[in-house]
Amino acid sequence: MANKQEPVQRIDEATGTKTVGHEWDGIEELDTPMPRWWLWSFYLCILFSIIYVVLYPAWPMVEKATEGTLGWTSRGQLAEEINVAEQVRNTVNDRLAQIPIERLSEDGALMQQAVAGGRAAFLVNCVQCHGSGAAGSMASSSLAKGYPNLNDDDWLWGGDLTAIEYTLTHGIRQQGDDMTRFSQMPGFTGVFEDAEAEGLVDHVLSLTGKAKPSAVGADLYANNCASCHGTAGLGDRTQGAPNLADAIWLYGGTRAEVKRQILTPRNGMMPKWQGRLDPVTIKMLAAYVHSLGGGEDFAEVAADPAVEVDEQP
Amino acid sequence: MNSPDRSWTEYSKGDGPEKLFEKRTQVHPQRIDGNFRRFKWLVMIVTLAIYYITPWLRWDRGPFAPDQAVLVDLANRRFYMFGIEIWPHEFYFVAGLLIMAGIGLFLVTSAVGRAWCGYACPQTVWTDLFQHVDRFVDGDRNARMRLDKAPWGAGKIARRGFKWTIYLIISFWTGGAWIMYFADAPTLTVDFWTANAAPVAYITVAILTLMTFVLGGFMREQVCVYMCPWPRIQSAMLDEKSLLVTYKDWRGETRGSVKKANKSPDEYGDCIDCNQCVAVCPTGIDIREGPQIGCITCGLCIDACDRVMDEVGRPRGLISYATLDDCEAEASGAEPRPVWKTLLRPRTLIYFSIWGGIGLALLFALGARTHTELSAAADRNPPFMLMSDGSVRNAFTLKIRNMESRPRSFTVNLDGLDGAVMWSGTVSRDNAARVLEVAVAPDQTKPIRAYVVAPAGTAATDFAFTVTSNDEQAETDRSEVRFVVPGETE
Repeated sequence: MANKQEPVQRIDEATGTKTVGHEWDGIEELDTPMPRWWLWSFYLCILFSIIYVVLYPAWPMVEKATEGTLGWTSRGQLAEEINVAEQVRNTVNDRLAQIPIERLSEDGALMQQAVAGGRAAFLVNCVQCHGSGAAGSMASSSLAKGYPNLNDDDWLWGGDLTAIEYTLTHGIRQQGDDMTRFSQMPGFTGVFEDAEAEGLVDHVLSLTGKAKPSAVGADLYANNCASCHGTAGLGDRTQGAPNLADAIWLYGGTRAEVKRQILTPRNGMMPKWQGRLDPVTIKMLAAYVHSLGGGEDFAEVAADPAVEVDEQP
Repeated sequence: MNSPDRSWTEYSKGDGPEKLFEKRTQVHPQRIDGNFRRFKWLVMIVTLAIYYITPWLRWDRGPFAPDQAVLVDLANRRFYMFGIEIWPHEFYFVAGLLIMAGIGLFLVTSAVGRAWCGYACPQTVWTDLFQHVDRFVDGDRNARMRLDKAPWGAGKIARRGFKWTIYLIISFWTGGAWIMYFADAPTLTVDFWTANAAPVAYITVAILTLMTFVLGGFMREQVCVYMCPWPRIQSAMLDEKSLLVTYKDWRGETRGSVKKANKSPDEYGDCIDCNQCVAVCPTGIDIREGPQIGCITCGLCIDACDRVMDEVGRPRGLISYATLDDCEAEASGAEPRPVWKTLLRPRTLIYFSIWGGIGLALLFALGARTHTELSAAADRNPPFMLMSDGSVRNAFTLKIRNMESRPRSFTVNLDGLDGAVMWSGTVSRDNAARVLEVAVAPDQTKPIRAYVVAPAGTAATDFAFTVTSNDEQAETDRSEVRFVVPGETE
């Protein structure tokens, strides 16, 4: 522009500070220097960053950043922290490994820690079938039947600590494990006439007063079912035969559901956890499941129970 | 008019170019003795003694609680003050104390002006302490001003080094005393010197040492004048009926030396313009310019002026604690109002009744609180459980608080829900009953899981857990919950 002026710097009288020299409609700007404290903070930050760049990883390179002289890495720090946490846990784990499960209840504090550890392991390994509240299919009517509720007092294979630990270790109907819990409800499709099946359902439901007794059904029951479920329908835990005279039905308690289970039974499967979880974790899981309110009294403590000590780290 | 040492209104005087920034002038108060100075000594000694000694007082609470009289145990979330123990959920006691402290400041301000600023504020107390150090090392006002102007030489460096070392020792001691309130003092002292204390202890001491060193040693009155919000609030609270340190200008003006006044007595007032009031002022102001934010009303200028008035044989009280109303009345020749009339006026009485009311309410709450509490929370996943015999079980987490420093046992009862029984993790279902005995460690909250089972057919209903301590106090508490059954939609 034609009327472009050279900036004229002058000293402002009131403040004693130089102006920057520009003028906009009579308004001038002071060229106030940075405050001393600000400059010093700035220099200190520069000094800090130089020291930091030498000591810690800083410059990004092609493969990775420069390594600081301290050798610090975030992964290394994490590993160290995990190490410390594990050492703390190891003392509890060692004691849990040494104690037989029947004796766990004698040590209240250890039992509490086992329950807490079991809760954590349960949330990782068991909730997929049994649900986060361990209520199985019972948690909601919209769920598929057949996942046992671990909170109640109805146990197919026994509800004391030893029995629970055994079920966890070897599973139920787990192929490839000779020691797995095994039982099979036979299917009676083609064996019973429809009227016979209805009579049998009547008999089974009559055990809990939900239907009128049926002579046909009682007869069929005595010949086909009593060997496993017992003459009174109370079940048999040694072979995992369900109690038919209680309020709890794994596959549902309506006529249709009971009939279906007689004609085309389903046999649920529980994986074995031996080999996938260490014995201490299984022990903790057993303690947790036992603590859910349905746990049964502890078995007689053997004179010198054998302890399976896990030698793996 | 003789110019005083310095003035807060210098920029408006109009001599020379206008200054927008006033450089601070170091304040060198002169030694003075008098009633207010002695009172200031007393308050300083008492407050410092309280601060430094309190953590070392012991208070026996039995084997299960710390024996430190005043202890803020952050790690265990307990606050001990002599016979009182506060849990985190009782923090309203502390809030109440803080409200009392706030209203107490209003009360004091409306009654006796800025007495807090003048005597009891830590900034005042520590500034006073450091100014005594100045006097001890460098001599009185004139010597200190000379030394300030003197060029840096070996002598000045030695003096400054010595003085700042004393500053540092006091500061460190101040910071060190602070952390003693948060842990057992003797143990922490040993840990501190053997490098076993927590890093936060060292950091706290370092920060407080630095703060004391800078705020007390160097910033001093600038904290009151520029940083502290309290003088601003106070200037809104003071009125013409508040006691202030006041220069009675109607009596003092026109100022003139004794010689001049003797020559023409009608022309001059009582003020002989000796500047003693300015010389002794710890914030470096001239009280003759009227009430101002820099005046912390410590009354040292009253001491100085009274002494001078005695010497020249004029009546005391040219500068005195007075209300502006009184001054006006006195100027027009009325009788001065008695002090109790100044103190007992509606405003102070209202403040006092609010302050006292809160205090009484707190004391009542403190006396009426029990040391037994129960809270019950129902399990929500699953909310209920059908048992094999058709009965329904609900699980609850009960938290029983034993707020006494001794182990106690409690009885938990079911209130309502007829026919139901309960058991806990330590009692098997075979021994289920309507009561549970629970032992709780001293000063602890014990969580237990309670399983409540009601017979088949029980409808969903509200009921309560009650807890009673099994001792002569028989303290009780209750917690309302709901029993839910299958099929109920909530």
